[in-house]
Amino acid sequence: MAKLSGWPRIIGDWLRLRLSPPGLPDNSEFKLPRSAISWSYVFGSATFVVLLLELVTGLCLALVYQPSADSAWQSLLYLNYQQPLGWFLRALHYWGSNFLVALMILHLVQVFVIGAYKFPRELTWIGGILLLLLTLAMALTGEVLRFDQESYWDLVIGFALAGRTPLIGARLVHFLMGGPIIAGATLERMYTTHVLLLPAAILGLTGLHLLLVYKLGISEWPMPGRLVNRDTYLASYRAEVEREGEPLIPNGLRKDLIFAGLIVLALIVTAAVLGPKGPNGAPNPSIIQTRPHPDFYFLWMEALMGLLPAWLDTPFALIVLPILLLGLIAMPLISPTGERYILRRPLSMVIAVTVLTVLVTTTWLGTYDPWSPDMNAWSGTPIPAAYLKGRTPLEIQGAILIQAKQCRNCHALDGSGGMRGPSLDTTATRLTRNELIRQILQGGGNMPGYGKALKPAEVDAIVAFLMTMHPANEPPAHSSARPADAGG
Amino acid sequence: MSESPEIANSGGGQTPAPNRRSFLLRAGLLINALALAALALPIAGYLLAPLRRVVYLKWISLGPVENFPENQTRLAIYKNPFRTPWDGSTAEIPCWVRRIKGDAFQVFAINCSHLGCPVRWFPSAELFMCPCHGGTFYADGERASGPPSRALYQYPLKVEKGELWVKAGEMPVMTLPKA
Repeated sequence: MAKLSGWPRIIGDWLRLRLSPPGLPDNSEFKLPRSAISWSYVFGSATFVVLLLELVTGLCLALVYQPSADSAWQSLLYLNYQQPLGWFLRALHYWGSNFLVALMILHLVQVFVIGAYKFPRELTWIGGILLLLLTLAMALTGEVLRFDQESYWDLVIGFALAGRTPLIGARLVHFLMGGPIIAGATLERMYTTHVLLLPAAILGLTGLHLLLVYKLGISEWPMPGRLVNRDTYLASYRAEVEREGEPLIPNGLRKDLIFAGLIVLALIVTAAVLGPKGPNGAPNPSIIQTRPHPDFYFLWMEALMGLLPAWLDTPFALIVLPILLLGLIAMPLISPTGERYILRRPLSMVIAVTVLTVLVTTTWLGTYDPWSPDMNAWSGTPIPAAYLKGRTPLEIQGAILIQAKQCRNCHALDGSGGMRGPSLDTTATRLTRNELIRQILQGGGNMPGYGKALKPAEVDAIVAFLMTMHPANEPPAHSSARPADAGG
Repeated sequence: MSESPEIANSGGGQTPAPNRRSFLLRAGLLINALALAALALPIAGYLLAPLRRVVYLKWISLGPVENFPENQTRLAIYKNPFRTPWDGSTAEIPCWVRRIKGDAFQVFAINCSHLGCPVRWFPSAELFMCPCHGGTFYADGERASGPPSRALYQYPLKVEKGELWVKAGEMPVMTLPKA
């Protein structure tokens, strides 16, 4: 214990006399294994600190925010521009939620890697996963409270998915929305969930989580070959803590304090520099020039919805995802004992690496969503000059039609435009003249048929332009059924 | 009550005191169960209020038919018939009105049949395009390409006294029957 003097000492002595009076059995000192005083054990406490920060900032925001569909958006603008430091509190709360989810995932990965979820700490793990799910629910409802155009349409997507639940879909959606459409009742439901229901559950579960940590002790660093056995683990853990345990205060807290402090400072800087998120456009559904995009934590979901074949959307969201989550919750029940050292748990390692790889790549893809058309490319993106130089009037007419018929929304030219379909830069090397005509008229492979929307002369012009789309040193494709000089 | 002797027998108590105590305990539990039910039912009814109707549909006018030229598809906006004063602009629901000829209309929900994003009509390509995952639909609402598994949702409609009416009121979801 550090030596105190003056007032801190008087207060400390007063507290010590009440909390662990001399003469009574002393069990107030929580000890942890020396191997657990490690930089890799600092994520849990930092998560807790950021959770408290979210509570405080959330409380402050609730003082000004109007949870009503007709004024929520204005109150966000008020917070941003009129309420002194409102922008900063909003930024802290938003970036804090990002930090919170990131820290929770780090905490989860660390606990998984060192196998700390095994006997007797199964319930601690299960509570932790529930906390993660509740926090994601907070992120989801919190995004709704940023009641703008984006959050409106993100809600639509969420309800469209929920509506696919067999039998009860429509009723479930009506219940969640609080009515037949997304409106005042929906926002109030999300608000009540976000500020009353979920925080109460999160605080309760956090208390339980910490109580279990206190009762079961912090797991020791895993050693290869030291297996967890239900009959011997508790005794050997107790022996280790008694032999070389260290008191939590202050020895066990030093690294946690430094890490948590740095995290909070980093969060303050992030919030101050990047500012609050949104709100963007007003939540008016009749303004349809919009492109919904979920917050960071759910980009992976958006990516999977965009990349999976359409028939897999519903089974993935309603069957596979719940099974994966149940597996995550039940993991300590599936393998409660045995090896904790990660290099000797090959199956766990493969599963963890696979899941993390999928999450990271889909999230990264989600940041530039190649599956979405660029709805303004047809009118707003110039045709590269090189593609027009020295072209015949017919070919230039084709280039204009590619813009005017919105082809560019899905097909990029020289890297700009939609990425939903293949770029047109080298189309002529892949499709012959006849194949191009067929593809344009009939569509197929994610492309609509343009047969009704194009006159024959327009098809001629577009194909003439597309036939120029090949590198100078590579001839256009031609049908192998005909002599090369017949021109495909 | 007639239960008390049975309790005394099953509990094996001989003295009258445990008999009376167990009766009080049982009565206490029963009274609280009744109170709980009397509380839970109205609370559940309150929470499940949105389900008191199975379908939210009402006839609503989109304005005189002259607003919609033949052979064109135009955006129309109506106020949702089921609304509260504090819904604000969220009650303003858009839809696509296609007037084929005379009184022959089609009115499509704004929501893509894939995940509900707002589709946009492009007259020169004669396509509805969805900004989310690139689903497209032809002018008559039929699926053209992309992830949607069905045509655009259509509102039931009628033309009365020179006005176009649609039966509207709820956000379309997959489980709704094809209109």
